[in-house]
Amino acid sequence: MSSCAPNDAQFRIQNPMAEFLRMERMPHIWCPGCGIGSVVTSMAEAIKNGGHDMDKIAVVSGIGCTGRVAGYVKFDSFHTTHGRAIPFATGLKLANPELKVIVFSGDGDLFSIGGNHFIHAARRNMDLLVICVNNFTYGMTGGQMTPTTPTTANASTTPYGNYEYPFSLPFLADAAGATYVARWTSLNARNITDSISEALNRKGFSFIEVITPCTTLYQRRNRLGDGIDAMQYYHDDADIQHGADTRTVDIGFQGKLKTGKFVDRQKPTYLDAVNTHYANVIGDDYQLYGKTPPEKQAEEEAKRAAAAAAEQADGLEAEYIDEPAECGGDDA
Amino acid sequence: MFFGKLKKAHGKVIINPNWCKGCGYCVKYCPTDVLEMSKGYNAKGYHPPQVKAAADCRDCKFCELICPEFAIYVTSDKEEEQASASA
Repeated sequence: MSSCAPNDAQFRIQNPMAEFLRMERMPHIWCPGCGIGSVVTSMAEAIKNGGHDMDKIAVVSGIGCTGRVAGYVKFDSFHTTHGRAIPFATGLKLANPELKVIVFSGDGDLFSIGGNHFIHAARRNMDLLVICVNNFTYGMTGGQMTPTTPTTANASTTPYGNYEYPFSLPFLADAAGATYVARWTSLNARNITDSISEALNRKGFSFIEVITPCTTLYQRRNRLGDGIDAMQYYHDDADIQHGADTRTVDIGFQGKLKTGKFVDRQKPTYLDAVNTHYANVIGDDYQLYGKTPPEKQAEEEAKRAAAAAAEQADGLEAEYIDEPAECGGDDA
Repeated sequence: MFFGKLKKAHGKVIINPNWCKGCGYCVKYCPTDVLEMSKGYNAKGYHPPQVKAAADCRDCKFCELICPEFAIYVTSDKEEEQASASA
């Protein structure tokens, strides 16, 4: 375009997303107008603004278009089997409680085959951040109906319109016990960033639903136009209602969208509950599982200080012993 | 003016036309209408955006945030001045 535009190789290096994305895999496979890329940018922005240690963040995805995120981001990431993103993330969190684990997956993956895992992780209040990119369809496999497809919407498995009732994801998450529930559309890029920042700085099961357009399948099959039309719909029909009752936030076909932060409550996380319970039952013999980072840090620092003190004492002695030996060697 | 001596922020938009898939989000949602769709095609056959009014860019970086292709970013001019001064 303009004369000073960087070439492709320079663009890959100079792009501010280069810190967060595996640039060698770009450009990505998502369709024109797909909102997943915007959500990834928002997540990267939130991590950048929060000043989080990139080595302490792990991204887990399931299968599907959104599942590709794990392959594109430069964090420790894993692309799990279909629906098993949350169980894998749970294991990751239990193995290393210092990690901030982000589950980034789609509606089909998290709520149809992974539905049970979702409600149980929410029930236990596992310390995870679940970002669900909801495009109302299975994009990668050809536009089949998902548990979130609104009634009367057309999908390739419901060519005469969907006759089932969809899940209302914030209500499901709230009822299952999630401690932070928010919903945004992919047009609310700044709100998504703020929401992810907030969720990364808190403990407990956080769930953020992002409604994005699937231009190739959902929009086209339902004759809703392209990505711009979907954005216009979000612009016109979505209103922000923080703290709305989650029973009222279900989505009808092209109906009103309620967005905002619906739930924010405090509850002991799974690891906190384990520790408190066993500390009560077993008493002092119980070794705390999954110490909080400050406790562990304090412990490590104390250990390091002790080691340094011991080393210093050893070093003094060693030098004292070494010197005569060296002198002896020179003389000989 | 109300804001007294505050200077307007100014940014420079950098586009990679080869990654663009022509969704048009950056053009439609730029608050100061800096961009427009170009008439030309890129290698994939889409119309990438081009800068129409570079002076109007206020460095809000919304195009960078909304672009699903990571194909556009904004550098603030202040950063550039500092970089050139130190170099």
